Parts: sequence; structure tokens; C-alpha cells
Amino acid sequence: MVDVTERAKQLREVAYYPGCALEGSGNGYDVSTRAIAHNLGLKLRDVKDWNCCGAMEVKNIDPKIQTYLSSRVLSQAVNATRNNVVMAPCNGCYHNLKKAEYDLANDQNSRDVVEKISAKAGHKTYEAGQAETIHALDWIKETIGEEGLRERTKGKLAGLKIANYYGCMYVRPRHIFPEKDQGPGSESTSKPHFMDDLLAAAGAENVEFPLKTACCGGAHTLSDSDMSTKLVLNILQAAEANGAEVIATECPTCHSGLEMHQIRAEKRFGKKTNVRILYFTQLLGLALGIGPRKLGIHTNISESIPFLVEKGLT
Amino acid sequence: MPIHEKSLIRPENITTHDELVIEGVDVSGHWSTFIETRVIADYNEAMEEEIASLPGGENIHRCWQCGSCTNSCTVHAIEPRFNPRYWIYLIRTGMESELLRDKDLIWQCVSCNKCTYACPRDVVPEGVMKATAHWLEMKGHVPESPSMIFDKIFTEQIVEHGRIEDTKVLMQFLKRTNQPLMQDWLKQIVMNIAARLPMKWGLKSAWSFVFHPRTRGWKKAGAAIQDYIIEVEQHHKAALGAGASRAASNDNPPQRKLHAAE
Repeated sequence: MVDVTERAKQLREVAYYPGCALEGSGNGYDVSTRAIAHNLGLKLRDVKDWNCCGAMEVKNIDPKIQTYLSSRVLSQAVNATRNNVVMAPCNGCYHNLKKAEYDLANDQNSRDVVEKISAKAGHKTYEAGQAETIHALDWIKETIGEEGLRERTKGKLAGLKIANYYGCMYVRPRHIFPEKDQGPGSESTSKPHFMDDLLAAAGAENVEFPLKTACCGGAHTLSDSDMSTKLVLNILQAAEANGAEVIATECPTCHSGLEMHQIRAEKRFGKKTNVRILYFTQLLGLALGIGPRKLGIHTNISESIPFLVEKGLT
Repeated sequence: MPIHEKSLIRPENITTHDELVIEGVDVSGHWSTFIETRVIADYNEAMEEEIASLPGGENIHRCWQCGSCTNSCTVHAIEPRFNPRYWIYLIRTGMESELLRDKDLIWQCVSCNKCTYACPRDVVPEGVMKATAHWLEMKGHVPESPSMIFDKIFTEQIVEHGRIEDTKVLMQFLKRTNQPLMQDWLKQIVMNIAARLPMKWGLKSAWSFVFHPRTRGWKKAGAAIQDYIIEVEQHHKAALGAGASRAASNDNPPQRKLHAAE
């Protein structure tokens, strides 16, 4: 059993891997993650000279290249940033680093390819077990925790009805997340609850939401847009039907997918939905009393500031 | 009805006779519908092995046809013809012409991995879908899918810079697939952003568009990845080339059990 206080202390300073999306379309997620870290006194050390994790796209060219790309990020964290806990807020990055860890621990062929490319690229080969990858949800949960959030936020999100949307990459496939489904206290892959827990601690009312781990079609958001729009519309309508005012997200691909296809569903299929879409870090930031501009809410595609003003959250 | 007999009742396989007498008995009307005799002689015996040689297809031989994949499938719920279990069946029995009826659907897999989660036999159906889509393209059965074009643009940017710039990926994709840059919904998105964004952010985006975000010291890693891509491409071509004796096996169809044992 890991000592909880030791663990919380260890995670107060982590290697931070924002990834490409957080530097581009998902900038609000990056800004709000840094803002709450600052507010909570947690240190984020950017992984030095990081590269793309390979996303979904590179896997379809060849999965081993994705393994290499993710292994290089881990190698940079361990060898150049000198921190062996990597915190990745993006579900795609988180998933890929976890998958690389699993493949390098279990597949000789993956190890051979990574070693070969790393040698040619001229950096230390990452070896399984040298680093640990955690999600932004784990990071807040294990450092501040629900109790800490309750004290700091004083239930500021009270009266806000939220549907928590986790997406695919955070829970599937199960085998790459050995720490999940381990009984009380651990995250569940069929009914994830970490985001629910944190937002409830900040006072929010979580609605019953059956599509927590449904797919937004993010992989084909541009190459098969009609399919993505249908999948997103399903999520938005289910959230509204369950009384949600806001969908909380934890992935830049899901987030921008929901925002883009909310607009597209209205333009192409005449289906208008009003549910707001915000990163969970933006919601936690508001609960901690940080201003919406400092959380990058104005850089989201969808407009939620008037709603937040109406709710007395800004 | 067993899944492999579904094709027997397609409209083109049904013959009706207005007036038919067999052995002195009038079988017109209700009895006049017949299923065409079917002889399958064009099994592609190499297909399963070829697809298994591509990334993601490795575990196809483990399938028990339980249907958990199709049952859990995100795409199947929207497009009922998207049927991983059926396609795995067709691949394993070598029924290529049946598989090719659905060739324009297979690339639509969204990689949500619900099938991988549900599969009791660790087939990784998501991987099999990707391998099959890849196989269809490599064999020339279908043109490059929009998804593959997107993946290639994305990968090219990573090989060159180490990172991607999402606006650039979007614009190059629309250009290469001959789509207009300013579609109504994209225009709306740009307007939404422009209405609220501070000047500083606009300048930052313009900066990253002109000066592509890049990883410092990436040159050697990019070159090493490029070498590896060429190496695997050659390997895949060789694997599919070796199994390309389709014409020969068509002349003399081997006897093959429908339910191949594992």
C-alpha cells in the first residue's frame, strides 16, 4: 500500500506534457491547467523539447512509430527533465504514453524497434518502468483530493448541473491501465468517476449520464464529418435530456469535437443544442475563484461566459 | 439464420416464376420463389494470412464469432452494414467477393476500442478493421480513404517537425481532398473565435502558422522514423506480394471447410 501523504508530496512537482493539441486548438485546457496548478501551489515542469505522442494518426501508418514517439517523450521526462512522473491532461497523449509503457514491458519486438530508432536519433532509449504516466484527473485527485477541494472552493459550483464526459482513450482498452478497476478508490473503466468526484467536491450537481465513455468520432472529425456529427449530437442530446447545463470534458479532441459538431449539427441537420462545453480544469478554476479569461474560457469555440455570469460564477 | 447464408436471400439471388409446374404439381404463387443455386469457387485463401501480416491484424485467427464486437460497435449503431464480426468471418473463410461489397465502409472504424474491450478472445477487432482497410488500399480495391490521407499529412508533419500544427493539418487535408476551405460550419467556428479573441492570441496563432512549432534537435529522430517507414512499407509489400497467387488458386479451387479450425 502506497503512503497517501508521501504520494501527494511526490506529485506536487510533476513533469508536464501538454502535447500538440494543448498548444493549438485545446489551448484553453493548457491555460486552465497551469492556472489551477499555480492556484493550488503545484509545480509543473514542462518536459524538455517534447514531441508529438503520435496521436491516433501515426498508429494507422504504423503502431511501432507511435510507440517510439511516446517513448521519446518519456525518455525526455526521465533524462532531460529529471522527473519520473509525467502528467498528461490530453486523453490521447495519456493513452499513448500508457500504451507505450505496456508494449515496452510486454513485447520484445516493440523494444527492438524503439531501441533501433532511439539509437539512430541519438538519445537514451526509454525502458519500461522508468516513468509513470498520470492524467490531470489523477494529479488533482491525489495531490489536493476531494477534501482539499471542498475546503478551497466552499461549494462554489452549487446549483450547476454537469454531465461528465470522459471519452474513449481514458478507459479503453483496459489492459493498458493496470491501476484501474482495482477496487475502492481506484478509477473504473466501465463507469469512471474521478471527474464526477472532483466536481462534486467543488459543489456541482452531477447528472446521471449514460454516455460517459461513448465515442465522439474524434478520429474522423474531418474525414467522416457526418458520422462524427451524429455521434456528437447523440452525446449532446443525452446530456440535455438528463438535465445537464454543462458538459465537462477532459480531452482536447473530445472538447473541440463537441464544440465543432454542435455547430455543424445545427448548420447541417437543423438540430440545435444549448448545453455548454467546458474543460473540467476550467470549471475547477472557476470554483477556485480564478477569472474566466485566466482560464482561457474566451478561447473556447462555444460561448459560455454569459451563462457563467448568469450563474454568478465569474 | 447463420450469418454466411444471409447473402442467399439478397434480391438478386431470388428467382420467382409466375407459372411453374414440377412433376405435375403446380407450384406457382406462394411456392414460386426459389433461391438461386450457389457455387463458391473463388475463395481467396491468402486473404486471412495477408491481413494478419499487417499491423493490427495479428490476432484475427483467434475469433470465435461471438459477435461482441458488432454488438458493442459505435459505428454499427449508426450504420448497420458496418459489421466487424461478419467481415472477420468473410476474411477467415476467404470470401473476398462478399467482403468487397462492403469495401467502402471498412475504413470508417472510429477506433473507440469498445470492441477490444468487449472481445473475450483478444482479437483486437479495431486493429483488424485498420489492417483490412489498409489491405483494401494496398490491393487497389479502393482509393486512398480520407482517413488515410489525413493520417499521412499528420505523420509527415511529425517526421518533419516533431510536432503538429492543427490549423495546418486541417487546411492541407481540405486541399488534398478537394474540399472548400470555407464551409458554412467552419466559417461559423472562425467567426465565433474571432468575435472574442484578444489580439495577442490572434498574433500567437498567426506566428505558429508561419513558424511551425517544432521540437528542438528533431532532425535525426525524424530521419530515423522516415527510414523505419520505408522499411515497413517494403516489408508489407513483400508480405502481400508473396500471397498474391490469387489467379493461380482461382483456376483450381481447393477444398476448404467453411469453419476453419483454430
